[in-house]
Amino acid sequence: MNRVYLDHASATPVRKQVIEAMLPYFDQHFGNPSAVYDIGSKIKQVMEEQRERVANLIGAKPEDIIFTSSGAEANNLAIKGVALSGQKKGKHIIISAIEHHSVLNSARFLERLDFEVTFLPVDQYGMVDPERLRNAINPETILVSIMHANNEIGTIEPISELAAICKEKGIFFHTDAVASVGNTKIDVNELNVDLLSLSGVSLGAPKGIGALYFRKKIRLNPLIHGGIQENGRRAGTENVPGIVGLGKAAELAMEELPEKMIYVRKLRDRLITGIHEKVDKIKLTGHPENRLPGHASFCFEAIEGESLIFMLVQSGIYANTGSACASKALKTSPVLVAIGVQPALAQGSVVFTLDNTNRTEEIDSVLEKLPAAVNRLRMLSPLWGKEAPVYSEGVCA
Amino acid sequence: MKFIKDIPADETLDLVCRMCPMHLLEPGNKLKCMKKGQVLEVLTDYDGALEDIPEWCKKCGQEFIGIEEDEECYKLYIKKVK
Repeated sequence: MNRVYLDHASATPVRKQVIEAMLPYFDQHFGNPSAVYDIGSKIKQVMEEQRERVANLIGAKPEDIIFTSSGAEANNLAIKGVALSGQKKGKHIIISAIEHHSVLNSARFLERLDFEVTFLPVDQYGMVDPERLRNAINPETILVSIMHANNEIGTIEPISELAAICKEKGIFFHTDAVASVGNTKIDVNELNVDLLSLSGVSLGAPKGIGALYFRKKIRLNPLIHGGIQENGRRAGTENVPGIVGLGKAAELAMEELPEKMIYVRKLRDRLITGIHEKVDKIKLTGHPENRLPGHASFCFEAIEGESLIFMLVQSGIYANTGSACASKALKTSPVLVAIGVQPALAQGSVVFTLDNTNRTEEIDSVLEKLPAAVNRLRMLSPLWGKEAPVYSEGVCA
Repeated sequence: MKFIKDIPADETLDLVCRMCPMHLLEPGNKLKCMKKGQVLEVLTDYDGALEDIPEWCKKCGQEFIGIEEDEECYKLYIKKVK
């Protein structure tokens, strides 16, 4: 049975070229980049080249990139780093209600340190209203963090508009672009953001590597204290193979992105249209147009998303119920709650995230097997045929 | 320690939130790009810099002018003399 992998938001396979680039840095070039002798300084030079590649992918300067262990660490560093260094100016931060747990829980941590946090509501598509942001800002506000695109519903936020409001008021703006970098075009200058998080996981780089872009004048309280790696902003001997992998993946993404976006969008549209045609009582979650090119997310009435995932796995199809980090929590997704999906319907959440390694035949295979799996589960469901849940206007199939 | 106020600086180096010993590495690099007679302002929140930087100036032959403390950080002033 061929495997059809449609969960690229959770993890992407490490590209062959990326593995090849990394391998010499495990044994042949093993030195510590901080060492003063040539074995170290050569590696330091290689590391700086990777910084440039990552910077190029997002239109940044190399000196504005800090390597981290993950997108989650980058988010933590952005939120806590800016808040803790800027707390004398104010202790209010604003995030959206649909942020990733690494942003959400960093903000909750700050609440325990007497920061005030505003959780901005979103509309039925998961969009943040710029006017709501403007109204939420007060003289104590020092940071706003709104994700570039949501990993569960694919919606792309109006970041440049939101960031412009913050710039006008002298407030730092951070965006979590972990779900976006490598999947859609990201330019920190066009977006007008002060800080941006990215991860190797969604780029075809290995797990355990990420980066934070920050405008150099921003003070960041370090999360990890120790030596002066990353210019005194993050201690710990650098993950050189991971950094090389991220650099190579960024270079490949830069070359392939325009074509990839067109290709993946076609596949996604085929999947969305096909599911709408073949399965009734479903809701496409997230924005119908302003969404990541490879992202298709649905709620299926009267079934549990997890059961459907397991049924699909029997046919070799791999998708997810929502955020990979939270999908085992057996809790209604806060993202789906925030966009107004009824809790019963939210249980039937399934997320497909595509990549350019997917083929049309794979999408057709999903369209062939998914309706039968949904029907079978619905036949077993005590909820099927009961009163229909309320769908948000305009997005009910 | 000499406390001073309102010293005009030609360049500023912001080392607030940066870990030790960045305060001993970055001023040297910055001074290289400055002209003799110019003043460098070093911003830091690291207490150890109050002893380290005057000492470093002595060793490197630069003139330590003094320190100003404000609500956010310490401001240390170095005049490039060589």
